[in-house]
Amino acid sequence: MHPVLATVLQRLGLGVVTLFFVSLIIFSSIEMLPGDFGEAVLGQAATEETVAAFRRELGLDKPAWLRYVDWIASVAQGDFGTSFSGRASSGVDRSREVIDLVAPRLWNTLFLAAYAAVISVPLALFLGITAALYRNSFYDRFVNAATLTTISTPEFFVAYILILLLASLNPWFPSLANVTADMPLWERIYRTSLPALTLTLVIVAHMMRMTRAAIISLLASPYIEMAKLKGVSASQVILKHALPNAWAPIATVIAFNLAYLVVGVVVVEVVFVYPGIGQLMVDAVTTRDIPVVQACALIFAATYIILNLIADIIGIVTNPRLLHPR
Amino acid sequence: MTTKKKGDVLVEMRDIRIDGFSDERWHQIIKGVDLTLHRGEVMGLIGESGAGKSTLGKAAMGYTQPGCKLVGGTIMFDGIDLVKASEAEKRKLWGSRIAYVAQSAAAAFNPAHRLIDQTVEATVGHHVQSGEEARADAVELYKALQLPSPETIGGRYPHQVSGGQLQRVMTAMAMSPRPDLIIFDEPTTALDVTTQVEVLVAMRNIVEQFNTAAIYITHDLAVVAQMADFIKVLRYGEEVEEAETRKMLSKPEMPYTKSLWAVRSIEKQEDISDDIALEIRNVDAAYGGTVKVLHDVSIRIPRGRTVAVVGESGSGKSTTARVITGLLPPSSGEVLFNGTPLPGALKDRNRDQLRRIQMIYQMADTAMNPRQTVGEIIGRPVEFYLGKRGKAVEERVIELLKLIELDESFIDRLPSELSGGQKQRICIARALAAEPELIICDEVTSALDQIVQEGILKLLLRLQKELGITYLFITHDIATVKAISDEIVVMFQGKVVEQGPKSEILSPPHPDYTELLLSSVPEMDPDWLDGLVGSRAAG
Repeated sequence: MHPVLATVLQRLGLGVVTLFFVSLIIFSSIEMLPGDFGEAVLGQAATEETVAAFRRELGLDKPAWLRYVDWIASVAQGDFGTSFSGRASSGVDRSREVIDLVAPRLWNTLFLAAYAAVISVPLALFLGITAALYRNSFYDRFVNAATLTTISTPEFFVAYILILLLASLNPWFPSLANVTADMPLWERIYRTSLPALTLTLVIVAHMMRMTRAAIISLLASPYIEMAKLKGVSASQVILKHALPNAWAPIATVIAFNLAYLVVGVVVVEVVFVYPGIGQLMVDAVTTRDIPVVQACALIFAATYIILNLIADIIGIVTNPRLLHPR
Repeated sequence: MTTKKKGDVLVEMRDIRIDGFSDERWHQIIKGVDLTLHRGEVMGLIGESGAGKSTLGKAAMGYTQPGCKLVGGTIMFDGIDLVKASEAEKRKLWGSRIAYVAQSAAAAFNPAHRLIDQTVEATVGHHVQSGEEARADAVELYKALQLPSPETIGGRYPHQVSGGQLQRVMTAMAMSPRPDLIIFDEPTTALDVTTQVEVLVAMRNIVEQFNTAAIYITHDLAVVAQMADFIKVLRYGEEVEEAETRKMLSKPEMPYTKSLWAVRSIEKQEDISDDIALEIRNVDAAYGGTVKVLHDVSIRIPRGRTVAVVGESGSGKSTTARVITGLLPPSSGEVLFNGTPLPGALKDRNRDQLRRIQMIYQMADTAMNPRQTVGEIIGRPVEFYLGKRGKAVEERVIELLKLIELDESFIDRLPSELSGGQKQRICIARALAAEPELIICDEVTSALDQIVQEGILKLLLRLQKELGITYLFITHDIATVKAISDEIVVMFQGKVVEQGPKSEILSPPHPDYTELLLSSVPEMDPDWLDGLVGSRAAG
């Protein structure tokens, strides 16, 4: 087996192990949350017997370790369980499968993340590479200052400024991103433009600065001087000689920011009333809807693990020492 | 070396002045040097580091590195004024008519691209040849440079071939566009002597074959004697003298040039003893438990004497030192100090055992904390090992500074305010501060110029005479071995080839490897390389 394949499989295995530990942390931290669903739904007036009966019905009376084992075993089979919400003290059960609640929201979130990524990653790379090429020029300083400004501004504020400029003063885009499942693609893209733009402004600085720094740190290498002394032009020196050796740190930062696009955008979702997974999770926490909270947290953890895994793999395959061993 | 017919003037540099920026101000690096090179000529440019030879060599291409600027003078390359030429015009020359061979091929090749692509990059990029022609030609060059499997070696990445092979690939890369001029910037300094010989032969043959003019930069006189038609000596950015190679070697005129020759003549009277201070017995050692680097190594180090360990890189010299100091516990075998076994691992040794064995490193720069003053650096082991405090420490530090021939004004200086030789002296003082019995010197003079080297070696010899210290001297430089050792250990691929008194090891008959090692050390004789190639071909 090629050693790179072996490394990738090993990382994959480690990812699964990490996810298992994360599930433990998620479960135990939710255990530590004060109050429970029974009390939250039934209210102050409920008698102890009703609460106890309700808890028994939901399986909350079993010891924690047993509930964990039940949960993780069904998750391993792809079953995230049934949501608590929809059940009422009256005994009417309108609860839904967690997967049916989470899946459309996750799809929305991934759509928005992909939209923002398609704009921000190429933009960040382009800005980073050109800033490295014209380092210390006016252009470089301007790009640095501009991206720093957007990253230092709170994201809700960026969102409101964009709404003011692009939806209110110039009514080009809708200020609400209330998409529905049956909406045609172009309509969806149009409606999510402002949130995507907001996210782009928030994450482009980090990636751009890393690209610039990774390239510039290589420019003092002897092989860069050698390339110059071979008569290679300045842009080719950057693109052909520096960039191929800079992918590993750049990929790490991109992975980190893409993960943020999936798990960290609840504020932007709220501002634009976008039905994403972040809002779902926040709602689930307030109502103590434990199966949904657990499912969301696990998805977030998996997102980080998968994206970092991809960054690792990019780091490996762009390193000829690992890809082509002696 | 055959005398070649001089061609037309190719490079003409007049009154070159270059400033460099360091320590917050501009310094003069080159102070008005003239240089003339004809077609097909090889000029040797020698001097200590900091003499400006590399800066001058690059200036001959019209290139000044970042942090330097050309402040005066003219550079004409075949009728083109390189001072006035635009960057684009110079780029057109670089990699087509002027080529550069860098000091460390391992660092100068881009790790991300295959060798063949880098070999032909400039040739194809400047439209000298099509990609196909250039690649076919590169294979021919690989053959001419005697690279193994020339057809396929180009498909490899830089980390997949050895340092000596890389240096030859780089020569092929320089030769690929058939330039009029090649700048060789210390191309063999980073190589082992045995590898250096092969690279020198390959480079000289190919330069002769295509009648290429070259500037060969080095600090090693014996090497330049093999390569150059004439030699220019630089010091402090000024020309000392220039002469035809044979004349320069037989009758150097300036006192400085003579002093360069003199360095090679220190020699210590060998003194044998049977009183063993440290003995390594049948030691095996491995990194990470798998990569075995030492195989059944046994070495005896007599008290108050110097044992030199020689061998090329990868022979296990430094690993042996790591085993002795406890940094790498042996997987089998033992280390006896004054007859009693030392614990294998550093953490199992007591403070007194640690104190008795000290180490001096090759890179004095990285072996000192840049934020500590000389007083703190030397004072630390005085406090740690000898338990002295306050005034007593300072007095001891001043004593130690006197011992290494520096005055007490150095006590408040930072490492960055010292020269390379002074830094190494401070490292010696730090080792002495522990009042050790054995000092392991790991390539301590390799990073230094010959004159500074001589000073350090003399100091070490004097300290041994006065304090009776035992040295284990690790080096790849045979001249240093001759200068300092009583006994010699030859290592090859993690094994001891032989150990014995200097006189025995250095005189024939030798085991095969020792023979190869000794015969590869360049001598100050322009015919040495020809003679060696002849005798090896015959043998």
